[in-house]
Formats: sequence, C-alpha cells, structure tokens
Amino acid sequence: MEHFDLSLVNWSRAQFALTAMYHWVFVPLTLGLAFIMAFMETIYYKTDDEEWKRITKFWMTLFGINFAIGVATGIILEFEFGTNWSNYSWFVGDIFGAPLAIEGIMAFFMESTFIAVMFFGWNKVSKKFHLVSTWLVALGANLSALWILVANAWMQYPAGMYFNPDTARNEMHNFWEVLFSPVAINKFLHTITSGYVLAALFVIGISAWFLLKGRHILLSKRSIIIASVFGLISSLFLALTGDGSAYQVAQKQPMKLAAMEGLYEGTERASLIVIGALTPGKEYNDNKDPFIFKIQIPKLLSFLGYRSSDAFVPGVEDIIKGEYTYTDKDGNQKVALSAEQKIEHGKIAIQALADYKNAREAGDSAAMAYHRKLIDENFEYFGYGYLNDPNSIIPNVPLTFYSFHIMVGLGFLFIAFFILILYLIYFRSFKINKWLLRLSILMIPLAYIASQAGWIVAEVGRQPWVIQDVLPNVAAVSRIDASAVQVTFFLFFIIFTTLLIAELRIMFTQIKKGPKDGGN
Amino acid sequence: MSLIKRILFFYWEGFRSMTIGKTLWIIILIKLFVMFAILKVFFFPNILKRNFKTDEERSKYVIEQLTTKTK
Repeated sequence: MEHFDLSLVNWSRAQFALTAMYHWVFVPLTLGLAFIMAFMETIYYKTDDEEWKRITKFWMTLFGINFAIGVATGIILEFEFGTNWSNYSWFVGDIFGAPLAIEGIMAFFMESTFIAVMFFGWNKVSKKFHLVSTWLVALGANLSALWILVANAWMQYPAGMYFNPDTARNEMHNFWEVLFSPVAINKFLHTITSGYVLAALFVIGISAWFLLKGRHILLSKRSIIIASVFGLISSLFLALTGDGSAYQVAQKQPMKLAAMEGLYEGTERASLIVIGALTPGKEYNDNKDPFIFKIQIPKLLSFLGYRSSDAFVPGVEDIIKGEYTYTDKDGNQKVALSAEQKIEHGKIAIQALADYKNAREAGDSAAMAYHRKLIDENFEYFGYGYLNDPNSIIPNVPLTFYSFHIMVGLGFLFIAFFILILYLIYFRSFKINKWLLRLSILMIPLAYIASQAGWIVAEVGRQPWVIQDVLPNVAAVSRIDASAVQVTFFLFFIIFTTLLIAELRIMFTQIKKGPKDGGN
Repeated sequence: MSLIKRILFFYWEGFRSMTIGKTLWIIILIKLFVMFAILKVFFFPNILKRNFKTDEERSKYVIEQLTTKTK
C-alpha cells in the first residue's frame, strides 16, 4: 500500500478507539453489578429480610441508569465497520456475522425481556420468578459480551477459518474452534471478570461515601460485605485469567508481549519488569538501554510466557530479524522467519490472489489451482505483503508497556484492597478508618483506568494488525475522505461526552438521594 | 384477562409508575434517534451495500482493493 493516506488510517483508528473506549465505560459496570444485585436478591429471597430488598432495589436503580445510558453505544462500532472499515468488514464477514447474530438473537432478547420483569415485576410476579429474572439479566449481559469477545479474540488469533479467494472472505470451517480457541476463552473470562472487579469497587466506593456521610449504614455495610467477597474472588480469578491471557500472547503474539515488557533484545531466563521507566525515543536497533530504571523479577517472564524459567523470550529485534526457535500451534519446533521474509511471503500471497482472480475471469482452471495453492501456502503471512518496512510491525511500545503495567499494578492493588477490607470486617468489627473510606471512593476511577488500560494493551499491542498477521489497518480501511472521518470523530466525541455527563449527573443525584424509601 | 393483555398491562403499569426511568427513556429515545436517524443515515452508510448490488460485485471490488496498490 504505497503512498497510502495515513491520516485516513489514523483518524479511522482514533475514531474507533474513541467509540470503543466510551462504550467500555458503560459495559463493565453492567456485567458485574448485575451479579452483585443477583446475590443480594438471593439473600432477600432466602431471608425475607425487607432491608435486603431495599438494598437490591437501590443498586438496581444505579444499574438501570448505567444500562440505559450505555445501551446501544456499541452499535456505533458496527456503523464504523460498514463505513470506515469496509474492506475488513467484508474480509471477516462470516466470522463476525455468526457470533454477532447469535448475540443479537439470544443474549440481547433474553436480557431485554427479563430486564423488564426485574424493574417492573416487584410485587407483581412471584419472588422466585423475579429472582430468576435478575439472574437471567446477569447471565444475558455476560452472554452478550461473550460473542463480541469471541470475535475480538479471533482478530488476535484467527482460528477455525479459511480464506476463500473467490469471495475474498474468511469463512468459518469450525465454529467450535472459533468459540473455544484458547485466546477466546481467556479473553472472555478475563474481560468479564474485570467488570466484576470494577463493579465490586463501585459498590464499595459508594457505600464508603455513605459511611463517611453517616447515612444508610446498614445498606452500606451489607453492600460492602457482598462486594468485597465478590471482588476478592473475582480479582484472584482475574489474576489467573490474566496469566492465561499473557501466556496466549506469548505463544500467538510475541511482538505484543515484547512491547508489554519493553523487551527489545530477547533472552533466555527473561526477567519480568515489575516497575520501570522506558528510555524516551528508543529505537529497536539503536543499542540504547531500553530503561532509565527498572525493578525486575529474574526468570519470571520466561516462566509466565513459556512455563519454563529457562525459556527464550524473543524481543522486538529478534522478531524482526527472525532465526530464533519457537513452537508453532501444532507443537512443532520451528525457526522464526524474519519480518522481511514474511513480507516476501505476504507479497506472493497478494499477487497470487490477483492472479487467481484473473485466471478465474479467463476460465483457466489450471492457473486457478496453481495460484490457489500459492495463496494457501503463503496466507499465514498475507498481511505482511502490505508492509514495506519491517519496523512497521512494531506497535507503540511505551503506550503498550505503561498500559500493561498500570493494569497489572492496579489489579494487585485491588486484591490487597479487598483483603484489607475483609480483614477489617471480620477481625476488626467493621472498623474502617476515614482515610480508607476515602481511598475506597478513589478506587472507583482507578478501576475504570485499569479496565481501559487492559483494552489499550490488547488493541494497541496488536498494531499494525487489525487481524493478527493477516490484515493490517492500511488494507482494512475504506477509501473514503479523511475529513469525513474527522467530522464524525468530533461528532462522536460530543455525543459520548454528553452521554457520560448525563450518566454521571443522574447517577450522582440518585446516589445522593439514596434508597427510595430511606432505609437504614 | 388473556396472557397478551396481562403482559401489555404489566409493561404499561411498569412504564407508568417509573420515576427516574422516564428521564432515562427520554435519553434512550433521543440517543437512538440520533444514532439511527442521523448518524446512520447521513454519516455511516454501509459503503459496500450502497455502492454495489450483488455480493459478486462486492467481492470483486474488495479483491481489487486488496490487490491493487493505491496511488
């Protein structure tokens, strides 16, 4: 893609990032708060204690505000696929089509049907049916997330598909391979659990505010107990799935792992950076030390990435130069190709696609078979054919590195925080100091920062690919006017900011009011 | 009362007794209007659907896009 208008790609990327990040402001709270409400209502169902009903209804109101403002914001991403990313949209049509259709039919309808029962059904349907509806809302919300996360996982690791050169589309040959790819499983579990942790911190933070104000003490204490237990279990599971995700990244996206760790030169027994500051302006081949300072744990990166403390972890330079040994997805030992060799293979695949098309139009079946074979043999590197400079496979290292370390650091802070809160509840009779209550409120924005940072790692770390190795963003973008994308970027910025302000205002008003009928 | 009537009544009563929900529904409706009646119609056409009638034409176009260097 010589002489390509990079401003179009960059604006299209910026617009997609803006919409996705705003969308993700609303989603995680829905995912987690739904389960917290379901636990609270289950206790109400079991105990018949009206206070638990009041507590459930209060959090349900906040859930409703978040759900209403956030609902359908994700549809804008689909608009962008059709307009800004039409090549990509066509190229992946069948892979994305099936999961998203299932999402629309199954999860969305389940969610929206039972959400009505959940909000309107108090005292109108039986307690049991209402409780089942609340649980189904929680399950439905999480099932909605499953399908879009499966589609995203496929972009990180395109499994279960083959490329059809007649249609220029990837077609699914194994639905289960797409659904149960190890990347998809880890991504789904890690992402939804991050929502649970965020929601737990949200509940604790708001309850802490009530305690600071001396209002709704019983509601706050009970909410903190539920949220801190749920939060601790979720945050431990989050760490576990985070490890699983990083392991998958090491196997399938080594460049992303190198960027996450600021690893320019690969090494055996690689250390994990706990905290560090990158050297500004560092290039992969300039022999500068990548770090101004760092604190690291020896051998841990090798162990976490390859389950062996002696394993070799390739750095940015190794991935560009190749010639290191790695294990492919079938378990075979292979010598890595250099980026230049991959570019060669990619160009062969693209040329073969053009020749295949000409042969097809000419009705030359022998030539078609020949070019088809070339496409199949080289398709693994198809996307490299659009690149001219091996350096262009390096993502934004500082952004990926810092986002990753912020996410992980906050994740461990949250675990410590939940343990501390539970300790104070069970061993210090709920004596939570004022400073800790204030800290609890601060945890809410930190949870959102960690959650957004996770997506930055996943998406920026994958660059320049839209689909790993197969389609770079320069080939995926539509040939439209960059100024049109700029206009809609600012339009979205205004709309989403307005929605966010509306959410915050309504949410704050509702929190200040507290439970509808007072409560204890 | 028939089942359908009961369901309709259930929703009607639910909407009628809303407090904060009314504001939220206004926001939802405005948002959906802006998204589908303005953004989708004027700013976000599905380019391939708009410009081509058949899937074959779309395939041909995308193959050209993927195999032709842009100048």
